[in-house]
Formats: sequence, C-alpha cells, structure tokens
Amino acid sequence: MKPTKVLVGLASCGIAAGANKVYEKIEAIKHNEKLTFELTKTGCVGMCYREPLVEVIDDTGSYLYGEIDEQKITEIIEKHIKGKEPVKEYIVKTDLFENPDDSYWKNQVKIALRNCGIINPEDIEEYEQYGGYQAIKKLINQNIQPEQVIQTIIDSGLRGRGGGGFPTGMKWKFAYQSKSEQKYVICNADEGDPGAFMDRSLLEGDPHSVLEGMTIAAYAIGATEGVIYCRAEYPLAIKRLNIAIEQARKKGYLGNNIYGKQGWNFDIYVKEGAGAFVCGEETALMASVEGKRGMPRKRPPFPAVSGLWKKPTNINNVETYANVPYIILNGAESYNKYGTEKSKGTKVFALTGKINRGGLVEVPMGISINDVIFKLGGGIQQNKKFKAVQLGGPSGGCIPDYLSDIPIDYESITSTGAIMGSGGMVVMDETTCMVDIARFFLDFTQKESCGKCTFCRIGTKRLLEILTRICEGEGSEGDIELLESLSQQIKDSSLCGLGQTAPNPVLTTIKYFRHEYEAHIRDKKCPAKSCKKLITYTVIEEKCTGCTVCAKNCPVNAITGERKQIHFIDQNICIKCGVCYTKCKFEAINLS
Amino acid sequence: MRIQRIESKLVEENKNEKIDLSLLDPIIQKYKNKKGSTIPLLQATQQIYGYIPKDAFMYLSKHTGIKTSELFGVATFYAQFRLKPVGKHIVKVCHGTACHVQGANVISESILEALQIKDGETTPDGFYTVESVACLGCCSLAPVIMIDDEVYGKLTGKSAVNIIKEIQLKENN
Ligand SMILES: Cc1cc2nc3c(=O)[nH]c(=O)nc-3n(C[C@H](O)[C@H](O)[C@H](O)COP(=O)(O)O)c2cc1C
Ligand code: SF4
Ligand code: SF4
Ligand code: FES
Repeated sequence: MKPTKVLVGLASCGIAAGANKVYEKIEAIKHNEKLTFELTKTGCVGMCYREPLVEVIDDTGSYLYGEIDEQKITEIIEKHIKGKEPVKEYIVKTDLFENPDDSYWKNQVKIALRNCGIINPEDIEEYEQYGGYQAIKKLINQNIQPEQVIQTIIDSGLRGRGGGGFPTGMKWKFAYQSKSEQKYVICNADEGDPGAFMDRSLLEGDPHSVLEGMTIAAYAIGATEGVIYCRAEYPLAIKRLNIAIEQARKKGYLGNNIYGKQGWNFDIYVKEGAGAFVCGEETALMASVEGKRGMPRKRPPFPAVSGLWKKPTNINNVETYANVPYIILNGAESYNKYGTEKSKGTKVFALTGKINRGGLVEVPMGISINDVIFKLGGGIQQNKKFKAVQLGGPSGGCIPDYLSDIPIDYESITSTGAIMGSGGMVVMDETTCMVDIARFFLDFTQKESCGKCTFCRIGTKRLLEILTRICEGEGSEGDIELLESLSQQIKDSSLCGLGQTAPNPVLTTIKYFRHEYEAHIRDKKCPAKSCKKLITYTVIEEKCTGCTVCAKNCPVNAITGERKQIHFIDQNICIKCGVCYTKCKFEAINLS
Repeated sequence: MRIQRIESKLVEENKNEKIDLSLLDPIIQKYKNKKGSTIPLLQATQQIYGYIPKDAFMYLSKHTGIKTSELFGVATFYAQFRLKPVGKHIVKVCHGTACHVQGANVISESILEALQIKDGETTPDGFYTVESVACLGCCSLAPVIMIDDEVYGKLTGKSAVNIIKEIQLKENN
C-alpha cells in the first residue's frame, strides 16, 4: 500500500490566497500527531478560482480540495486522512464521482502544463519520474542529429507562443545555419502583457521543462550558453529557476561535458529584468541583457544571424520551450494531431476578468472562444451580459460577443483585428466601458514606449489625450476619425511591434463598439456606466431606510447619515466606486 | 515614454543624504569587469539603500569605469530603479488589465485617500510608499495589491484600506 500523499499548490496565486498558512497547518498537525503521510508542494493546476488547493492521493484515488483554509484542512486530515472518509463538500475534482467543476477540465489538453500542479517544482527527481530529461537523453543515446531535431519541431507545427506565432522549427533552422563558435539560446520570460500569467505559472510549476527545452534547442543549433530573461516582478519564478538550474548542474545536465558527452558544454543563467515592457521585444531584450537601455533595433540582421553580443541567437518564449521535450519524446504527431491546419497543438490561456472560473487553461487550437468562456470558464460573473473578450494585451484587441464563436487559431483571430498574443484572455461584461479599455491600454503603451520613434512616442500620447477627453465627456465630432488616422500613421511609422500594434485596442473598439464612442461624444453618456466623469451616485430619499450599510462600506467615507436617517453622498469625496450601489438592499442608490 | 524626467528639485531634495558608500565595495568587486553587469550592479545598489543615491552613481562609476551617464541612462530607463528614498513598506497596486477591469482604480484611490498622499509618494512618516504597477501575475485574484513581498487579492476599497491600517497598527504597538 502506497503512503497517502498530500500536495499543496504553492504558486504565487495560491500563496496569495493563503496556501502557505494551509501548508504550515498541515505540517504542524503532521508533526504533532506523528502522522505518516507524505506532504509536498506543487505548482498551480490552473484552478485559480478555487485557490488554495490541496490534493490528497490515497490508495482509493485522488481528491482535489478547493478553497481550503486552516479550519477545513483540519477537518480533512481528521476525516479523510485519519478516518479514510473523503470530505465530499470541499472536493472540486476527483475521478471517482462527478463534480460541477468537471467541465473546467473536460476540454483541456495539457502538454505545456503537463507537470504543473502534479510534481514538486523544487525536486528534479520528481520531474525525472514524470519523463523529465528523457527527451534530451533520447537524442544523445540514439545519436539523433541536430537536423533531425529541427525537422521534428518543424513537423510538429509548433509556433512561437510569445505572440508572434513564428514557426519554431524554422527559427531554429536559421540559427543552426549561422556559422559561429559561440551561439546563444534565450528564453523570453518577460511576460509583459498585463493581465497574463501563463509563463509565471509554468516557471513556478515546472521550471525543469523549460531548462530541458532550452537544452534541446542548444543541442539543435549548437549553442554554448543560455539566458532566461525573467521579469523582476516574479520573485518566486526566479527562485525556483535558480534551484532547478543548481540541481541540473549537480546531475551533469548543465555545465561542461554534459550528459557524459565529451566537449558538449552548455550552461544557463537567469537574468532579472528591471521593469520595462518593451524589453519583451527580442532585440530590446538582448540590449537589456547586455546591460544597456532596452531599446529595440532594426531587423535584419535577425537574432539568428546576429543576436546577443552579436552572436547567432535563438530566442523563444517560456511556453514554446516547455512544449519541446514533449514533442521530442513523443514525436511530432503527438503534437500536431491537435489543432487546425495552420495552428497546431495546444495553447495556454490565462482566463481572467468578469468570468466565473478564472485560471489557467490549456486547450487544443481550434476550440471556439465561446467554448473557453462558457464551457470551461463557466460564463460571466453574476450572470451579467458578456460583451467582449480582450486577446493579446496592449498589442491585441477586443473581440465582441457576436464574433466569439470563431475558432482559436492564429489566422482567425488576426482576421478580427485582435491577435493571439501570448495567452491573456480578459473577459468583459456590460459594465466594462470599451472607450475606457482603449484608454487604459494607450495609457500603458504611452508610458512603455522606449521613445525612439516619433510616432510611437508622441502619437500614443496624442491618442491617449483624445481618449481621455472622450471618457471625460469632452469629446467632439471628428475625434473618431482623428483617432483612426493617427492610429494608421503610428502603425506605419514605428520600428518595433510595440508601436506597430499600440493602436490595435483603439481600432478594434472603434470597429466593434463605435456606438459607445458616439454616446460619449454626442450624448456625454457612458453606456456601461463606468466613466467616472459621466456618472453620479445619489441616494433616493424615499427608498433609504437609514440602514448605514453604504456608509460602512464606502472606502473613502463619502457617505454620512445617522442610523434610521436618510443618508447623503458628498459628491466632492465620492470616487464613484459603486460599492454603495451594490451593497444597498433597498435599491436606494441611484446611478445616473 | 520610458525615460523619466529628473527634475533638479529632486536632486536638491536629497542633498543632505548621508550614506555609507563603502557598502558598495563588495558588489563592485563582484561585477567589475563583467560584461553586461550594469543592471545587476544597479539592482544590488538599490537592494542596499532602497534607492540609488546620487553619490552612489559617482562612486560606482569611479570604481567600475562605467560612465555616470551610462549608469544614469540605464537607471532612468527601467521602472524598477528609484532615485529617491522610499518608505519602510512599499504598497504596489496592480493596474494590469484584469485588475483594471475589476476596479483597480477604486483600490488606488481608497488607499491614497486613506494615507493622504498621491500615487508614487511616500507618507510623511516614511511608513508607506504607494505606487501603481502593471500585473503582479495573480490576475485570477484581481484586484490585487502587493505589500513588500506579500500579495493580497480579491480586494475592495474598504478591505484594502483595512489591510494597510492593520499593518500600521501592528507595527506601532
Ligand atoms: C513590445 C513587445 C513585447 C513583447 N513581449 C514579449 C513577452 O513578454 N514575452 C515573449 O515571450 N515575447 C514577447 N514579445 C515577442 C518577442 O519579441 C519574440 O517574438 C518572442 O520572444 C519569440 O519567441 P517565440 O517565437 O517562442 O514566440 C514581445 C514583442 C514586442 C514587440
Ligand atoms: S516603436 Fe516605440 S517602442 Fe518600438 S522602437 Fe519605436 S519608439 Fe521604441
Ligand atoms: S445602504 Fe441604502 S438604505 Fe442603507 S443607508 Fe445606504 S442608501 Fe440608505
Ligand atoms: S492584472 Fe493585476 S495581477 Fe495581473
């Protein structure tokens, strides 16, 4: 009989939800009562909306418990671990009986995330037990040549998951063909899209798969050194990467003469970013690794020819690398059997916003956006009306509800004006103002422009000013046309992807939600009732019972009134947060 | 644009700062003559002082041979680097897309109103610095703030203010 195993999801999201406390509690009980079950940490299984998550595996099966706190875990240990009786009401997933959350898993295919939430990311042995480092060993033991490796990746149809979607195998081929004593492989872990966390979860949950993927790339192109450029905002990912690198070095998987192969030297180190979105762009990233300001440069020469320190360099995204060991181990068909004609395999999405089940999902390409939002994601919070979904972050666009039956593949998404992007999927409902969303993204890109190109530097600023004006009810006729023409100019005259795609959020919202722009400009109204300057909250005196709930919940104390007296909102203090509106049980708050 | 304009006022303000520059010696030894080490060098400096003091630029330049203009150019390009002292605790309010959609503005405004400061400022008692950041990677818990290294999620304006006040109370007692 195998000992019972208890896994606690300790990725950043789990920790933020209180998983550390749960882990400590289990540890304490285990210690105090001298219990013999095995306790380990693991990464994020993707069910972020149910964090903290604890999985109990015993000889009858596996049980995933959700929304666990110190009290619930005490009960679980008592009843399940000691009493062998699972606590049904906290279970969110098990193979033994059906659960309402099962539809969250049903359409998922886990390839990049194959180990996340299953293995202990800080233990190389566990990664190896799950097939880790087998792919690279296969290459060496069977003496598979670099050309063959590259061909397998080409055949798999894998495309870059960092946003561009460039065929990975082709990229490797170019780097392979460049002749040089020294070459580099870089892993882009800058994850700049605000509202996306696929790469963070992967690095926190399965860092070795990225290291193995990079090593395979190094084998294929003949690189001697690898760099992982990781956002400084991801301290846990950096920590786990460094642990993983250290373990791999000890095993002889990184360093000199690795895998017992004489003369094959390859090592990886982590470079911490310093907070600049533009450094996700590959040439800017390399400038940053070299210690300079992260400003993009003209291509060609492409990194495959002249990259880091002017040496041939292959740069891929975290998720791209994580797929590689799986493809090498299981063959190209194991990957390209999923997906559509031009978009093969699976894609990880970070599902967030006004959705019931926010989290990390990995789905086969070709699934419809609707399926992801409604079947997996469980629909919109509080049964509100689905309005749009934002894909691709600041470079992407908003796809309206009536187009969301399109399949998820690079070409279909691009045809809407959005882009696939790196996997951020932010769901918006009727209360989200689309002009404000455009303004939000322009505020971001305007701040993040490196300043090299005039149209990107100043054009985005002008776009932002116009959008702000419209949101504040100061828009005038002709503003929409002005936005459109300026957007086109910025697209045409920017050097890098940041500037070239910065107008996308504006153009897609104008295309699909022009009426919202017009309402702001002509009627000085925000149809979503979200733009602060265009709304006011007031108390309807006839309905107010003086229950004081609103005053207690107002974060800035703008509401005054004695118990059982009519309350009053001071418009000078009110920040239009709407808490009173949602909290009042007597519908005594008016929003106009 | 990325590059922050450095007003002369700021340099004036910090004129009286007294710092122990010898603390920099070990990191200078570590990074000297290593290519591409400008950013780690500045990161390590900030780790020591909480920000990058003006004199540190001069000292680093003198002992590493990297031009001050280059150090300053890099320090002003990246959002991570601070050129003025910060409070004891740093409150980062996430303004990523997911948090924006879930009402990050309310969180910022409530905290700033409670502390009576503006975004990016430090409270007069030097306890808190509040700043806006883009995505902390916990979007499914939006809206999110991070105080030092701890992340708090699923906030409302009220609960965010309560967290801030609790920490203050705990430490003042
Ligand atoms: C402004 C800008 C930001 C980018 N940010 C990222 C990023 O955060 N992560 C990433 O993997 N790729 C990012 N990219 C794409 C990279 O330039 C590059 O295409 C990618 O790392 C290549 O890897 P892939 O082929 O595996 O996707 C960004 C591009 C631009 C123009
Ligand atoms: S497009 Fe913008 S971010 Fe890109 S190089 Fe030009 S100014 Fe810099
Ligand atoms: S919550 Fe509603 S009923 Fe209660 S005091 Fe406020 S406005 Fe009046
Ligand atoms: S958008 Fe706030 S944590 Fe990602």
